[in-house]
Amino acid sequence: MKVLVAGSATGPLLRLGEGLSFWGGFDPALGTISDRAHPQFGESLAGKVVAMPHGRGSSSSSSVLAEALRLGTGPSALVLDHPDSILVIGALVAQMLYDVSCPVVVGEIAGSDGEIVTVEG
Amino acid sequence: MADFRVGSSVAVIVDTVSADYVGPMRLQQHDRAALAGEAGEGPRLAMGLLVAAAEAMGADGLLDISGAHIDSCLYHGQAGLDFASLLAAAGARVAVPTTLNVSSLDLLHPDLYRGSEAVRVAARDQMDAYERMGCKPTWTCAPYQLLDRPSLGEQVAWGESNAIVFANSVLGARTERYGDFLDICCAITGRAPAVGLHTEAGRRASFELAVDVPAEWGDNELLYVAVGHILGQVAGTRVGLITGLDDRATEDRLKALGAAAASSGAVAMFHVSGVTPEAESIEHAIAQVVPVDRDRIASALAALGPSESDLSAVSVGTPHASADELETLAGLCAGQTTAIPFYVNTGRDVLDSVGDAVGLIEAFGATIVTDTCTYITPILSDTPGAVMTNSGKWAYYAPANLGVEVVMGTLADCVESAVTGRTITRGVLS
Repeated sequence: MKVLVAGSATGPLLRLGEGLSFWGGFDPALGTISDRAHPQFGESLAGKVVAMPHGRGSSSSSSVLAEALRLGTGPSALVLDHPDSILVIGALVAQMLYDVSCPVVVGEIAGSDGEIVTVEG
Repeated sequence: MADFRVGSSVAVIVDTVSADYVGPMRLQQHDRAALAGEAGEGPRLAMGLLVAAAEAMGADGLLDISGAHIDSCLYHGQAGLDFASLLAAAGARVAVPTTLNVSSLDLLHPDLYRGSEAVRVAARDQMDAYERMGCKPTWTCAPYQLLDRPSLGEQVAWGESNAIVFANSVLGARTERYGDFLDICCAITGRAPAVGLHTEAGRRASFELAVDVPAEWGDNELLYVAVGHILGQVAGTRVGLITGLDDRATEDRLKALGAAAASSGAVAMFHVSGVTPEAESIEHAIAQVVPVDRDRIASALAALGPSESDLSAVSVGTPHASADELETLAGLCAGQTTAIPFYVNTGRDVLDSVGDAVGLIEAFGATIVTDTCTYITPILSDTPGAVMTNSGKWAYYAPANLGVEVVMGTLADCVESAVTGRTITRGVLS
């Protein structure tokens, strides 16, 4: 496992079947997936350890992730298949400005959806 | 932690990396000096974030850049404004020529904005903060349509997904996929992570998208939108080599292709055999060939613009229309009148550069939008039915952003539909 943003977090696991663009695909006011084309449209990410293959598309996703973390509607941790600097910088800025932790790691995570898991990054 | 109070919601700044960085990257003396705050508080904060991000990206070190394009100026909530205000108040200034992406507001046509006053004020404050840092108020998502654009091999740090993919693929300039916040950190420090698409190895294609369609389809703008949409679905973050296209793939068509690919996927670069500058000069490592036939093109277009509802508006110019596209539109709509709202997004500099076309487009009854775009901010009037567009990017994002249904058409379809008020999709490949 490679740690991109350090921290530790515990929460229910949610695996996303496809990458998600936080901008245009996620509503930071509600904490839910708003991309109608995404297989998990409507699902809440708030407080969850979200495992996803990669980010997608828009470079605005950093801002949306940081805003969600400010509002408390963001994931508690991100587990990626590949490094994604757009998500990393969103998590870092939320940490810098608001002292909110959202560890971002690359690796495999065991467990099924809804299971409480801990990420130690 | 440094106690640095700015704005309303930011109390304490948590440092991202310590001044005496001991991580795996090799930093130059001047990078370390910036990190230690010797260049001031703004560069210190920017360098701290840049180093942390560069390390996460697996970079060995940083390299010099000669320009930047900033996406962070678009308002998405308090966090983006807090960040910009913090940097500007800390005295940060860009170290390289830096252009600004679209924002939420059309400063040339302020009456078009239909959102809340609170958001308008916050969005304007955020724009002002970037101008205070020395960025040029270009307010366009198509900085490659400005006179001064990077050339082959030039290292830059660009945000805005369609601009990133165009810079790499069509210009042969070198940029990674810079997200908000990181783009301005690169601009302030004049540095970027020496990794990925900044290096020759990162620009090799690992798969081929083999397009095999009737020859005449190459004249249809929607072929390029569909190829881009499919490329994004197939590629994820990989670089692909597209074969089966020819020199009819003009800059405007490659712009549409890249924008669609960077919407349906995280595509930051593609090559088109025989067309783009590095398609032949780079030694690719093709491990997969993905065939794309006419059925796949047709179903991609049907998936992007499936609506059969009555038409209530048209929106074109995503990414911002080029001078050539405005001229073409002017030719199509000359002497006619639109029966429904018709929006044309373009950059203020492009608008300045075209002559009679603007008058013809306005006489047609179209609304010209600059500095922003109709899918990111409340501009469209009530749209009870579908909105027609020729843009794969607009078609991809507008349903979630605006809650509208979309129907795809060529530019000619868009004009004909607008004049008649009925959905006409003669040009859609099927």
